[in-house]
Amino acid sequence: MEKFTTLTATLVAIPTENIDTDQIIPARFLKVTDKAGLGDNLFCDWRYQADGTPKPDFVLNTERGKKAKILLAGDNFGCGSSREHAPWAIMGYGFQAVISTSFADIFRNNSLKLGLLPIAVDKETHLQLLSLVEEEPTTQISIDLQNQAVVLPDGRAVNFPIDNFSKTCILKGVDQLGYLQGHAAAIEAYEANHADRVNTLAR
Amino acid sequence: MSTNKTPQTLFEKIWQQHVVAAEPGNPTVLYIDLHLVHEVTSPQAFTGLRQKGLKVRHPGKTMATMDHGIPTTPPDVPITDELVIKQINQLETNCQEFGIPLHGIHSPNRGIVHVIGPELGLTQPGMTIVCGDSHTSTHGAFGTLAFGIGTSEVEHVLATQCLLQTKPQTYAVKVEGTLGQGVSAKDIILNLISRIGIGGGTGYVFEYLGSAIRALSMEERMTVCNMSIEGGARAGMIAPDEITFEYLAGRPAAPKGKAWETAINQWFALPTDDGATFDQEITIDANTLEPMITYGTNPGMGMPISGLIPDPDAIKDVSERQTLMKALQYMGLQAGQPLLGQPIDVVFLGSCTNSRLSDLRVAAQLVKGRKVAETVRFMVVPGSQQVKLQAEAEGLDKIFKEAGAEWREAGCSMCIAMNGDQLQPGQYAVSTSNRNFEGRQGKGGRTFLASPLTAVAAAVTGKVTDVRTLL
Ligand code: SF4
Repeated sequence: MEKFTTLTATLVAIPTENIDTDQIIPARFLKVTDKAGLGDNLFCDWRYQADGTPKPDFVLNTERGKKAKILLAGDNFGCGSSREHAPWAIMGYGFQAVISTSFADIFRNNSLKLGLLPIAVDKETHLQLLSLVEEEPTTQISIDLQNQAVVLPDGRAVNFPIDNFSKTCILKGVDQLGYLQGHAAAIEAYEANHADRVNTLAR
Repeated sequence: MSTNKTPQTLFEKIWQQHVVAAEPGNPTVLYIDLHLVHEVTSPQAFTGLRQKGLKVRHPGKTMATMDHGIPTTPPDVPITDELVIKQINQLETNCQEFGIPLHGIHSPNRGIVHVIGPELGLTQPGMTIVCGDSHTSTHGAFGTLAFGIGTSEVEHVLATQCLLQTKPQTYAVKVEGTLGQGVSAKDIILNLISRIGIGGGTGYVFEYLGSAIRALSMEERMTVCNMSIEGGARAGMIAPDEITFEYLAGRPAAPKGKAWETAINQWFALPTDDGATFDQEITIDANTLEPMITYGTNPGMGMPISGLIPDPDAIKDVSERQTLMKALQYMGLQAGQPLLGQPIDVVFLGSCTNSRLSDLRVAAQLVKGRKVAETVRFMVVPGSQQVKLQAEAEGLDKIFKEAGAEWREAGCSMCIAMNGDQLQPGQYAVSTSNRNFEGRQGKGGRTFLASPLTAVAAAVTGKVTDVRTLL
C-alpha cells in the first residue's frame, strides 16, 4: 500500500446517490485474475456510448477528470456487492480519495485496506464542495489525514472520521495483514482453547 | 453455558466466542470458522499469498466452488469465454497448490456458493462464516454470523483464519403474524428494504425475530437473510431452532452421533436471551403484507404489487427526488402508474435468493397446467447441481419444460449476467434475484425483483400480475 499523508488536488463530481458497485465496475469486467486495467472501465456504462466510444461530456472523459485525484459522490456510495474491483477501478483511474455523505460498509472497509480514503462529510460541506466544483472547477482542496481534515479553499477545515488503526496503516503505508500476522501466538492459543468446539471443521 | 450474566443477543454470543484479541483502539481479531471461496473474488488473494510466500492456514476450513461465470448451458457445450476459462483454471490451480477442497466444474456438488454451503451441512449454528461475496449473509439463517468481505480480506482469512473487524451494532427486525396466501419470505425482505431503504441497515447486523420468522422453513429463512445486505446490513441472523436442526441432521458435513448431541446442546444456548437489547428495531405486520415488487434501480424502490409508482415531485429532498427521476427514466416508467399489467420480456427464476428446491416446487406447482406467454422467455436456473438433480427426480423439470420454460444448469446466471445469460437493452424482466441496479442483469436491461410466485405469474400472463388472482 502507498503512504497517504496529505493531498492537494482538484476534484470532480458524480453526485448521484446510492452509486452501487455494479455502476462503478459492471460485473462483466470481473472476469480478471489481476487488478490491472480496471480503471479504464470505471463507470463504464455511464462513460461510454453503445459503440464503445467515450461520451465526451462525461466528466471522467474530460481533461479535468483525468487530472482530478478526488471523487465527489452522492450519499451511500459503494453499496451493493463486496467486489474489491470497485476501489481497484477507482484507484486505477487515478483517484486517491472519495468524498460523500456516507459509504456502504463493505466498500468502506475495502477502500481503507487499500489506502483509498473514504471521506464522509456533513451535508452542508458536501453541498459547498458541489457548488465549488461547478463554479470553480480548477480549485484545489487539501486532505490532511494526520489531522483528519478536508481543507476548503476558504481555509475552513472540516474534520472527517476514520478509525485510528486504518489511519495509522494508511499514514505509514503498511498492509493490515501484518497486524494479523503479529497475532500468531494468540491465534494458536485460541485454536488450542477451542479444539473441542463441534463447529470446528477438519483441521 | 451462559449462567446469570447480562442478557446477550445471538450476535453478541457468537461475536464473543470468536474474539481472538481485542486491543484498545484497534479492531478486534475475529476467528473465522468457515471460509467460502469462488472464482471471481479470489484470484488476486492467492496471488497476494504467493507474493508474500504464505500458506493457507486451514485449507480444511475453506471450501471453494465456481458459480459466477459458469455457463448454464448443457455440460457438453464447451465454454468459449476465454476469461471465464482462465478464472476456472486459476481456481483449480490455486486450490490444488494450497490444498483447498474444491467443488469444481464437473462436481455433482457444484453450485452457487451460498446454496451449497448449507446443502453440504458446512453451514452450522454458532459459526462465523465469510466469503468474498456480499450475499454471505444468507448463512445467517442458521444462527451464524456470516458476512461478505473484499479480496484483501479473503487473503487475510486464507493466511490467518482471522479477520480484523469493528463490532457492528444490532438491529431487531420483528415480523409478527401470519403471511397470507401468495405472500412469501421474499415479500418480507422486500418490504423491510422498501421501508428502511438500502442504507438503513448500514453499520448493523439484523436479527430477524417473531412468529412469522419462526414459521418459515430453512430455505425461506435463507431468502430473508440473503437480502440483508440490500438493506445495508452486512449480516442478518435467525436463531437456530428445531427447524434448523431438522434441516441439518444427516447432511454430509454435519456432526454425527455423540458429536451431534453435543452440538445440539451448544446450539440451544445461542438464541437471544430474554431481556437482551438491540440498538435499533422495527416491526413488520405479516398479516397485512402483500406480494412485493420493485419498480426502480435499487432494491429499496419496492412497493406492494397493487401499488402506484411514486411521484418524484412529491419528494422534498432534492437528491432523493433526482435519484427517483433517474431511476424511472432508466426503467422507462411513469410516476403515478401501476405496475400491474406492465408487459414483460424475460422471467428469471434463480439466484442465491430463490433457487432452492422449495422455490422450484412452489413455482412448478403454479406453472403446472399453464403455458409460458408467447412473448416471454422464462429461464429456470437451479441453485446447485444437487437442487437440479432433486428437482428432476421429482419431475419438476418436465413441468417447466412442458410449459415452455428453459431448464438450465446450476449457477449465478442472469443474477449477475457474467456468463452470457443476460437481458438485452430495454428488456423488462421479473427476477427472483436480489439486485435491480442499472445493467445488473445485462446492459440496459430493466429488472423488477419479486418472489418466485410473482415471477411465475408474470411468466404465464406475459405481464406483471398479482399472483393471488391465479391461486
Ligand atoms: S446468485 Fe447472484 S447474488 Fe448470489 S452469489 Fe451469485 S451473483 Fe451473487
